[in-house]
Amino acid sequence: MSVESITYRRLAAFGGVYSNHHALRAVIEDARRRGAEALFCLGDIGAFGPHPDRVFPILVENDVRTIRGNYDDSIARGLDDCQCGYTDPLDNHFARISYRYTLTNTSSSWRAWLGDLPEHLHIRLGDRRALLCHVSPRRMNEFLWESTSPTHFLEKLLDDFDADVILCTHTGLHWSRELPGERLVVNVGAIGRPANDGNTHVWYTMLSLEGEALEVEFVPVSYDHEALAEEMRDEGLPDQFVETIVTGWWTTCNEILPSKERRRGRY
Amino acid sequence: MMAANNLSPVPAGATPEAGLSSETAPQVPLLALDYLWFQVAGTVCNLRCTHCFISCAPDNHSFWFLDLDTVDTYLNESKAWGVKEYYFTGGEPFMNRDLPAMLERALAIGPASVLTNATLLPEKTVRRLAEIDAGSTFSLELRVSLDGPSAETNDPIRGAGTFERAMQGIKRLVEHGFLPIVTAAQVWCPHEDARIYQQFVDTLRRIGYDRPRIKILPSLQIGREADRSRDYSDEERVTSAMMESYDTSQLLCSSARIVTDRGIFVCPILIDHADARLGATLEEAAHPYQLKHNACYTCWMNGAICSNFSGIGLER
Repeated sequence: MSVESITYRRLAAFGGVYSNHHALRAVIEDARRRGAEALFCLGDIGAFGPHPDRVFPILVENDVRTIRGNYDDSIARGLDDCQCGYTDPLDNHFARISYRYTLTNTSSSWRAWLGDLPEHLHIRLGDRRALLCHVSPRRMNEFLWESTSPTHFLEKLLDDFDADVILCTHTGLHWSRELPGERLVVNVGAIGRPANDGNTHVWYTMLSLEGEALEVEFVPVSYDHEALAEEMRDEGLPDQFVETIVTGWWTTCNEILPSKERRRGRY
Repeated sequence: MMAANNLSPVPAGATPEAGLSSETAPQVPLLALDYLWFQVAGTVCNLRCTHCFISCAPDNHSFWFLDLDTVDTYLNESKAWGVKEYYFTGGEPFMNRDLPAMLERALAIGPASVLTNATLLPEKTVRRLAEIDAGSTFSLELRVSLDGPSAETNDPIRGAGTFERAMQGIKRLVEHGFLPIVTAAQVWCPHEDARIYQQFVDTLRRIGYDRPRIKILPSLQIGREADRSRDYSDEERVTSAMMESYDTSQLLCSSARIVTDRGIFVCPILIDHADARLGATLEEAAHPYQLKHNACYTCWMNGAICSNFSGIGLER
């Protein structure tokens, strides 16, 4: 493992872009305005939204350092599915529509670009070693939900991977847990769709050193979700996906939610 | 109290080796102890389902109850292993009167799931579960076994009147805010999957469960199920060649162990087999396991069938 020598004091991180180029632009602008020294995208760039090729130039032009998620891995390699492992028939139905659309509409050059992305980044936040990954340092397809991640499990992950901080995404819901010894695990959430809370805004994460203390701030960002919804309709994406964008409630792929997270949603 | 390191060395309920060839059976290492199971009710169940793969019944005392102190000891020990989730099974876990207290202790440190037939869930118990759930950051999952979407389809398997009783249990859970995972063994022909799945959805919606969670499991052709349907054939076993390019992490034995009153076993399915007892402590039980049983073939085909979010994928 090599940790980069550059040290950050204030950074923005997000995951789950899901082809939402409107939200991506809004998040980058907001993070810059708040003084982020660097921007990190933790993967799942495609899926769900329209025109997957539109997000890549935004990531490149804005120097967003990006990690490969499971979806990106599937698209890059042209696999049969997104590797989310759904068994519910409706979830599978919608996951397949989303995956086929994204695979068909991602150009081969950007697929190669996805394939070249790193799976992890090791950076410094002050004197802390931070490990940035898509879902967890050990696997590409497990889910770190707040209600199924014991503190002792997170501590073991930090021990095993020699880190003080882990930043991850994949679930679409942001949360953080402070651990003994000033260690920290943060799920930075997703900017591609709302957090299943009945609001249309999306969330990203600011991480800042205040003196020696590391502070986590989850930042809600509004964007032109009506424009996104319109593009999704024009592309023939399912009404259920559009409904999520305009209502803030997850309509599909709820099967993998643990009960605490599932109960907070409408479906 | 039964000390965790003082477990009986030989499982009384274990059958002798089945005489299967182990020469070519591949070994699966414990990659990480993510899931710790507790056989809290042993093989004691208030029902006598005709498909039970460990033949649980009111009078099957091969495995007995775990007590609260034993569970507590393992919960504490599990932290150093980084265990992610705790599962409570039997028999029928609610036969053990200490189950709510065990769940409360488990949920103080991590998420817990109970595999139940939902026939022993009076209002008082469900209210207590709801209190425990409300007091924890972590999820409490109730997995309710039901083997058909009607009394006509379920009761021949699970016993007269069990459909109605389980539905009452599910209704009560839903009324207290739970989203039980209704788990059905595939005791029908696979081509009927989609139709029966929809019948489950409709039945559960009729009692007010408006977003039912349903999991369909393959049946395991061992225990009583071997008599009800059929035994495995000799060809249905896992060979080394089958493990090439196979993602071992899909198998429960690569990420779980189960605590019983007779020691630590490799998985909840194989506790009737002597070789599945891996030791008296988690340390001893951490060594690799050889997939020499025919039931291993079912897991190889379907992945970690015992975990909450897997099962038979249904085409639509």
